Amino acid sequence: MKLSIVLEKRKTPLGFVVFFTLLVAVPPVLSTFMVELLTQMLIWTIVAVSLNMLLGYTGLSTMGHASYMGLSAYATTILVTRFHGTFPQALILCLVLSAVTAAVFGLLACRAKGPEFLLITMTLALVVWGLANRWVSMTGGDNGIVGLTRPDLGLPWSLDNSLYYYYFVLIFFAIAFILMFLMIRSSFGKTLVGIRDSESRMRALGYNTWLHKYLIFIITAVFSGYAGVFWAYYNLYVSSVDVDTVHSIEALLMVAAGGPGTFIGPVIGAGLFVLLKNLVSVYTQRWRMIMGVIFVLVVFFAPEGIFNFLKRGWEGIAGRRLQKKAGDGSREKSKV
Amino acid sequence: MAAVKNQKFEPSRPVEDGFCLVVEDLCKTFGGLTAVNQVNLKVKVGERRGIIGPNGAGKTTFFNLISGALLPTSGKIFLFGNDITNITAYRRAYLGLSRTFQITNLFNSLTVIENLVLAAQALEKSKFAVFRPITKFGRLYDRAEEILERVGMTEGRNEYVKNLSHGEQRQIEVGMALIQNPRLLLLDEPTAGLAPAESAILVSMLKKLDRTITILIIEHDMDVAFQLTDYITVLNFGKMLAEGNLESIKANAKVQEVYLGMP
Repeated sequence: MKLSIVLEKRKTPLGFVVFFTLLVAVPPVLSTFMVELLTQMLIWTIVAVSLNMLLGYTGLSTMGHASYMGLSAYATTILVTRFHGTFPQALILCLVLSAVTAAVFGLLACRAKGPEFLLITMTLALVVWGLANRWVSMTGGDNGIVGLTRPDLGLPWSLDNSLYYYYFVLIFFAIAFILMFLMIRSSFGKTLVGIRDSESRMRALGYNTWLHKYLIFIITAVFSGYAGVFWAYYNLYVSSVDVDTVHSIEALLMVAAGGPGTFIGPVIGAGLFVLLKNLVSVYTQRWRMIMGVIFVLVVFFAPEGIFNFLKRGWEGIAGRRLQKKAGDGSREKSKV
Repeated sequence: MAAVKNQKFEPSRPVEDGFCLVVEDLCKTFGGLTAVNQVNLKVKVGERRGIIGPNGAGKTTFFNLISGALLPTSGKIFLFGNDITNITAYRRAYLGLSRTFQITNLFNSLTVIENLVLAAQALEKSKFAVFRPITKFGRLYDRAEEILERVGMTEGRNEYVKNLSHGEQRQIEVGMALIQNPRLLLLDEPTAGLAPAESAILVSMLKKLDRTITILIIEHDMDVAFQLTDYITVLNFGKMLAEGNLESIKANAKVQEVYLGMP
């Protein structure tokens, strides 16, 4: 048992170091196209990992998670283009806006669970979309809003350069990523798993499960909104497409395909999704069809998500090796 | 491992007349069905009260009303003199009420020790610690280890509960309630589905519990019920049929009729 604890403690920081080293070291040798893809991946990974806290860990599937991202993209663009706001102001505004919006939406949504929760969040997402589409004086409707420029930090590196913007996003990505990692491991994070597994038991134990669900609904929305700021600065253009429920569905797919309830799963899901979407759409207009086929295949062969599929495969190989060495024992792990 | 005394309930008014639980005219209807019908009950502090009755007598519904999983149609429930009739389930846990479930109700994707730690944490402020890993709360783990020792399961602490045998799961089910240091413990058929040997282990563990804890037990197995309790309430069709000590219940003609079908 002691050995396994030591291994657990060593493994995670090592994984983080390798992951971030690659993210820092590799991009300079990549093409601009690939660097921009990586930037997109970072932004979508924030959205997917935060959605996973709701979907994978708490067991609440929402159809409106990307709404906060879109809302933030609008808020950033409007603040900067019309009111001459700065990047820090936009960031703070978006965090507050996402939290307040989620606090209102959560009051409606967190009363329900399962399919009802899904439907309520979808309806709210459609409300946001309707607003973006129809409130033309504010949002520009279908035409959207142009005129956003990348923030000027007063540093010698202009963020108009894809590579520098990538590093800019990477710093903020790292903050969110580590915060979310800590949250999932925290006491509060464990209570979410408890709610997913058995809400009735949690309530009997003395947990106000509604409050926990409400809090995580707001927290994840804030992360989604946080990603939206960088999404706006990445695209430099915002329109009602950005608050379309399609984005929320794509986020759901990233999590579901990657491996809900695992920390790495959504990272893989978001990365693969962005990569495939962009690569396939280079070759054909019908990229959605091809993506559809790929996801059907994932559901067919790895319904528990790509990460869990790989992990199971690896454990199968490792397990067989262990068996050869020391004979079988299902309780082997706990006695180490 | 020092036994950590956890006295975490909101200050309650002095216990009136030494009663832990008082139930007055409790009714619960589901549509046209009256599952619990005008039940009155008074349980003294430290008492071991058995609730028996044939299938469908309303025993589990009665438990759900006391624990707050369901709200009663009419009637009143008092816990240590506090009116808890309409307060939510999780608040009742703060008053020292703890329960187990008839159908095993655990966190299947967590390990044994994590299940217990989550239960131990329920009444602590640490449940809202957003960034501090749960493993840093050593005190909770100490309490979990203590419970594992009591239920005799220190071997399987890192096993996922879904991989445990039914008997082991039932032990954890009871352990989850005990770790909260309850003042009133509701056990809903703790020995359901257990082999006689497993059942005997559980019974001896429950017998050793501190007499300051009041226990209400629903039990189908008469041997178990008679071993663990000193006073019994019999329910039938949601109504209270009889109440009394073991001898009087065994001798009661109405109870014999319900259970054995004798005229």
